[in-house]
Formats: sequence, structure tokens, C-alpha cells
Amino acid sequence: MENDVIINQTDSINKISEDKNRGKTIIDVMNLSAYFGKTKVLKEISLSIPKNKVVAIIGPSGCGKSTFLRSINRMHEVVGGTITGEIFLDGNNIMKFDPVLLRRKVGMVFQKPNPFPTMSIFNNVVAGLRLNGVRNKNKLTEVVEQSLKQVALWDEVKDSLNESGADISGGQQQRLCIARAIAIKPEVILMDEPASALDPISTAKIEELIHYLKEEYTIVIVTHNMQQAARVSDMTAFLYMGELVEFGPTAKIFTNPSVKKTEDYITGRFG
Amino acid sequence: MLNRNNLYFIRRKVTNHIMLSLTFLSVVLTVLPLLLIFYYTVTKGLTSLNLDFFIAMPKPVGEAGGGMANAIVGTLILIGIGGAIGLPVGIMSGTYLAEFGNNKFGNVVRFLADVLSGIPSIVVGVVAYTIVVLPMHHFSAFAGGVSLAILMIPTITRTTEEMIRLVPHSYREAGLALGIPKWKTSLVIILRSAWKGIATGVLLAFARAAGETAPLLFTALGNRFWSTKIFQPIASLTVYIYDYAKSPFTEWNDQAWTASLILIALISLISLLFKFLTRSKY
Repeated sequence: MENDVIINQTDSINKISEDKNRGKTIIDVMNLSAYFGKTKVLKEISLSIPKNKVVAIIGPSGCGKSTFLRSINRMHEVVGGTITGEIFLDGNNIMKFDPVLLRRKVGMVFQKPNPFPTMSIFNNVVAGLRLNGVRNKNKLTEVVEQSLKQVALWDEVKDSLNESGADISGGQQQRLCIARAIAIKPEVILMDEPASALDPISTAKIEELIHYLKEEYTIVIVTHNMQQAARVSDMTAFLYMGELVEFGPTAKIFTNPSVKKTEDYITGRFG
Repeated sequence: MLNRNNLYFIRRKVTNHIMLSLTFLSVVLTVLPLLLIFYYTVTKGLTSLNLDFFIAMPKPVGEAGGGMANAIVGTLILIGIGGAIGLPVGIMSGTYLAEFGNNKFGNVVRFLADVLSGIPSIVVGVVAYTIVVLPMHHFSAFAGGVSLAILMIPTITRTTEEMIRLVPHSYREAGLALGIPKWKTSLVIILRSAWKGIATGVLLAFARAAGETAPLLFTALGNRFWSTKIFQPIASLTVYIYDYAKSPFTEWNDQAWTASLILIALISLISLLFKFLTRSKY
């Protein structure tokens, strides 16, 4: 098993260089380890995320998926984690960024829809802009319409923009949260199980949305649902016990994985 | 066992009735004092209640009529000063405790705030006398306001902290993930979500301050004349109630009741105003 992992890591490092030759990568993770106190939850992970692709992170509960995702925009710091190793965004080390500015480039959507309950739908969408000093009413109105159209929510809420963001359905709330994330025009959107609290129809809408959004953004999505990973992603990373077991094109991971453990997980033999 | 005349069944029914009666009796005993307070203040207070009470000044002993315009304005000024000092300090320290108070320092501050809220108000008055009145060499509305602020701060601090802690962590994360700086997230998103609960605590603090007499006796002192000067002694409803209720003159006793009624009405009015100001659209 140990060998499997080591071989596979060299494998994925080779893949990184291949990818670099082929397409532009936007995020390069080098030897990333993450800790909560003394517990090591991520172990020397290296992978590269290509631009305008959807990358799914799968793995059993507690394998470090969310921590990996959070470390990309340094949200792990908010929950008290620390990392070693390096993460590059467009070639710049993210630890050298101000976290506030980094998060404007790397947005995030959470598991549970969390629109701000004291704000209207309109203000929810432009919260990021407004609280960062954009005052121009025309500009804000334009961003609201554009963002809500991008998440296919405009037709449903265009007559109730002044109502509370918490009064719409769960699926609409999650799309509102995505609209809020894209309103500040990030380069990357991180999604932490964005559909796990939603019904199948809302889930399908979110998945459809992901397909559409990748034309403009790079998306990294953590999911428990392997069918979802297979449906929405271009590349898939399988994490197990904090280690990157396998990373490659989704089609290959799901049909012909190189590592036995990946196959066992995907076919439901453990996890 | 299913027989309704079963001894067990009867005993259970009887116990149930006894306990239910006891709880009901307790409810009555809880509400009774409040009803009595309302009954006496309204019936006795109404006898001297007239327009003069709001717009006229107190008359010398023996002369009928007169009002407490100076005391009504004085009470408002006193709680105004108390609030002007106590509100920002209380809300900011509560925010600090909620955001950065998960350490030893926070625990010490929290403990001290709890102790402070339990200190008798007359002691607070003596302290305000020592730190404000003595150095300034005279009684003043300001000194009264300071003593009320000291009474308000622990309540406001602790409610603010509790209410901020109740705001789900996911809102903070949503704010931070949008690239909103931490202080702005706390101020605009978290504080705004917690605002209604905080307002309730603030209101309690105001109501308590408006009803305090002891700390005002040797800080604001009282004043039989019209004064709105912050650095002069000032009249207040509570001190008037104290003076008039223990006086030997019937008309003064009656006016003490009216002052009590006005004080209760004033506090209710402030409550309503707060509810109105902090109402949210959603």
C-alpha cells in the first residue's frame, strides 16, 4: 500500500509536468501538508489544477478534502489550521498574498447555503463589492442582474430583489451564494459539497451551473457523491487518509484507475 | 392494569392535580406583585396626573399643584449620558470578548463583568462619588451619568457577547470568503445579525439605569430648579420619588405616585422606541 502511494505520487508529479506542457495551470500545489494542532491531516500533496476546468476532490469522510480546499484560499486559517509546502496561484505563492485579497481571487461556496439573513437578495449578491467600497448604484444593479443570470436565478427572483436572502428555497439560496461568489469576479471558485444539502432537482441545477461556469472560472469541488464527481468534473483527485492516492482525468479515474485503492473506493468496497 | 379504578391510576391522577395546582399557584405569586405595582401606581398616580406635572416646576411645601418637568428632563439627560458612555463601551467590549476572548484574558474580563453586574448600585454610587464628584468638587449630571454607565456596561457587554456567539459561524466564513476584511465582517455582517438580541440587552440596561436611585443620591444629587447643565446637579424622577414618598406632606406623597407612574411609562416608551428602531425588514 505504501508503495502504491509513492509510485502514484511520482506518477502525478509526472502528470503535472505533462499538464504544464499541454495547458495552462492556474493552481500549483507543491508538497502541501496541513495540520490542526499536532494532527497532520494532509500529507505532502502535490497537484496542478488546469485553468477553466472542473476538478473534483473525492474521498471518504475525514480524508482532508475540505482542508485541502480551504487551504487554497487560506480559509483553513479561520478554523485554526496551519500548512507547510507551497500553493501557487498564477505562479504566485499564496502565503505571500494578503488573505483578504487572495479570497477575492479565490471565492468559496459552502456546504450549507449561507446567504446573509439580514440582507436583501440584491445586497447579498453585491455584499462583496459593497463592503469593499463599490458605491456606484448603476454598477451594482448591473452586477446583480449579470450574476443572477449567470446562476439562472434571475427569472425566479427579479421581482423580489428587496426581500430577504433567507426567504427563498434552499436550492435558490445556494445559487444565490454562487452568484455572490462570482459577483466579485474571482478566478477560481472553491465548492465544498455545494449540493449535499439540496434535493435532486436543485442538485441538477447546480451541476448544470458548474458546466456553464467553467467557461469563465476554474472550479474545484469537493463532493461525497461519486456520480456527481463523474458528471461534473474534468479531473478527479482521490484523497485517502490525508494522502493523494490518485489524480487524473475523471474518465480514467472512474473507468480505469491506476491504483487498486481508487478502484476499491469507486466501486464502493470501502469508504 | 388497564382498570381505571386501579389504585395506581388514582394515585397518579391525584399527584398530577396537586403538582399542577402548585405550579399554577407559583405563577399567580409571580405575577401578583407586578399586578399590584400596576394597580397602585395607576390608581394613586392618576390622582395628581395633569398637564402641569409635565410642564411645571415643583412648588414649595404647602403650595398645591406644580409638576416635575425638571425631573423628567433630568432623568432623560442622566440615562442619555449613561447610554452615551455605556453603549459604545459595552457593545465594543462585548464584540471583543466574542471575537478575541477565547483565552485567559477573556475569561478574566468575563468574570469581572459578571461580578460588576452583581455589585450593589449604592456602592457604584460611592465609587462614582470618589472618582468623579470629589475631583470635580461638585455634584453633577455627568457624575450621575457615569455611575449609571458603570451599571449598564456589564449587562450590555455580556448580552452583546452572547448574541454575537449565537450568530452561526457560516456567516462569518461567508464574509471572509468574499474577501471582506475581518473587522468589516464582524461589524457589518455579524453585529447586524445579532443586533436584535443586543437591543434587548441594551434595553434592559436602560430600564435598570432609569430606575436607579441610590447611585444618583451622591452623584447627580437632585435639583429643585430647572437645569440641563451637564456639570451641575440635576433632578431625576427616582430621587424625587425617594424624597417625596418619605415626606410628611400628602400632596408630595401623591406626586411621588405620579412620578412612579411617569417613570414606568417612560421606560415602556423607551422599550417601544427601541423595538421600533431595531425592527428589521425581514
